Amino acid sequence: MPKLNRRQLHDQAIRRRSLVISSASLFAVCAGLVLLVPMAPGWTAVKNSFFNWDVLVKTFPKLLSAFVVDLKIFLWSAPLIFVLSLAIALARNTRRPALFPLRLFGALYTDVLRGVPVILLVYLIGFGIPGLGLPRPYNSPYIWGTVALVLGYSAYVAEVFRAGIESVHASQSAAARSLGLSESATMRYVVLPQAIRRQIPALMNFVIALLKDVALLSFIGPIEILRQANVYKSLMANFTPYVGAAIIFLCVTIPVTRYADYLLARQRRERSV
Amino acid sequence: MYKLRLKSVSKSFGSTRVINNLSLEVETGEMVCLIGASGSGKSTLLRCINLLEPVDHGEIWLDDFDIAEPALDPDPIRKRIGLVFQSFNLFPHLSVLENITLAPCKVNGKSKKDAQDHAIELLERFGLADKAGTYPDHLSGGQQQRVAIVRTLAMQPELLLLDEITSALDPELVGEVLDVVRTLKAQQMTMVLATHEMAFAREAADRVCFLDHGSVVEIASPDQLFTQPAEARTREFLARLLAER
Ligand SMILES: Nc1ncnc2c1ncn2[C@@H]1O[C@H](COP(=O)(O)OP(=O)(O)O)[C@@H](O)[C@H]1O
Ligand SMILES: [Mg+2]
Repeated sequence: MPKLNRRQLHDQAIRRRSLVISSASLFAVCAGLVLLVPMAPGWTAVKNSFFNWDVLVKTFPKLLSAFVVDLKIFLWSAPLIFVLSLAIALARNTRRPALFPLRLFGALYTDVLRGVPVILLVYLIGFGIPGLGLPRPYNSPYIWGTVALVLGYSAYVAEVFRAGIESVHASQSAAARSLGLSESATMRYVVLPQAIRRQIPALMNFVIALLKDVALLSFIGPIEILRQANVYKSLMANFTPYVGAAIIFLCVTIPVTRYADYLLARQRRERSV
Repeated sequence: MYKLRLKSVSKSFGSTRVINNLSLEVETGEMVCLIGASGSGKSTLLRCINLLEPVDHGEIWLDDFDIAEPALDPDPIRKRIGLVFQSFNLFPHLSVLENITLAPCKVNGKSKKDAQDHAIELLERFGLADKAGTYPDHLSGGQQQRVAIVRTLAMQPELLLLDEITSALDPELVGEVLDVVRTLKAQQMTMVLATHEMAFAREAADRVCFLDHGSVVEIASPDQLFTQPAEARTREFLARLLAER
């Protein structure tokens, strides 16, 4: 190992000291929690109704299989959102006068749907449309719940795409057009690939949010994880299934969040070069 | 025979007139250098010829076709006219080879194989064969600009417009890019080149055109224009350049 210079020795000393300080404080906080929380008067009751091991073990497998429903809803919603939001972003970006109505629609769509809580969309569409008396496969809460999620999320994601498109410098389009590429070919082969690449970290945040918001469909029928936990809560008069559901969500969302952060950090590094 | 004729072309941005009643003729196989202070309208003129900017008045004849006709679809015309930018404008998400083959494939409908073969042939001719798989960010400025030139050449343009293609380069990289222009000149490529490289204009141009405030002040052979300019404004411009050295 090469001998460290003065600066490196200094930095190393500082690193060691901050490591000691942070470990000590982490230890103090944990010890405090472990020692103090059980001293709270309601701890035994809370422990029994939220952290009941037996209930957790009994309910976990069913929760896990209910979570598969969430994953399925997520997996078919995400591509639909991608396509719809891209279409809206492109509509808002058109400058051709003939397409002005499309552009107006895009603007209205994003304004209106971003202004309404997703849960309200789920209620309104999920209860309202089947309430019209549609025949059997078409009144499924899966369909209309998905529609609500897709409509709500597309409004946000469209803005992400639009920001990405606008961030690609006009000189890129000029170069493409000067080679004879049409407006749409320029968008497709030159602008969009760069725009999407730039917005991957932002899109990842919506992936995480969507993963969680699928649980909103529990309010209109599908037996997904939150609804399953609800059932168990009523059945066993115990809140532990909620904790189980939270654990399952975290097992998926934490890795995805970490990955998104990694992408963001990598992008910052690349931009700064 | 003329490849390009501009007749009384004018172009304004808002209320500022950037190209002012400008006329210019370029013969087939000729190389015309545009010189002039920055802001005199060189870039705008080249962008107008390429139809990236619509002109307000006047005619632009490519062979025997007025391409300034507003009703015309500009895309088939643009592919006949190459434009190389000061800032290269390579597509950063595509490799060198993909940068070059994009337009031949998507505009001319060439097969990928044909486009790649042609691209590699061009890259070899300009000493860039080993860069085919590289991404633009990993190239030097001079290499990027040479790739940008190859990218326009892959469309086999009849007319090549070069907009201060060495201005963004470190001095030691200017030569390799100018060498490419020399090669093209030897192959009788018709070119209009906006430049600050007076020595190069003097050496390589067939004619030099001095622009001021969007008009042609003087156009003459390089020897004539640099040694005995006819116009007072040309003399002033050249004297100012000398003083800056
Ligand atoms: N897109 C634009 N909008 C408004 N003004 C412009 C635009 N492009 C160029 N100009 C103006 O036109 C003039 C000529 O610019 P330019 O053609 O770039 O000159 P040059 O290339 O000779 O330096 C400048 O005053 C510039 O500010
Ligand atoms: Mg310029």
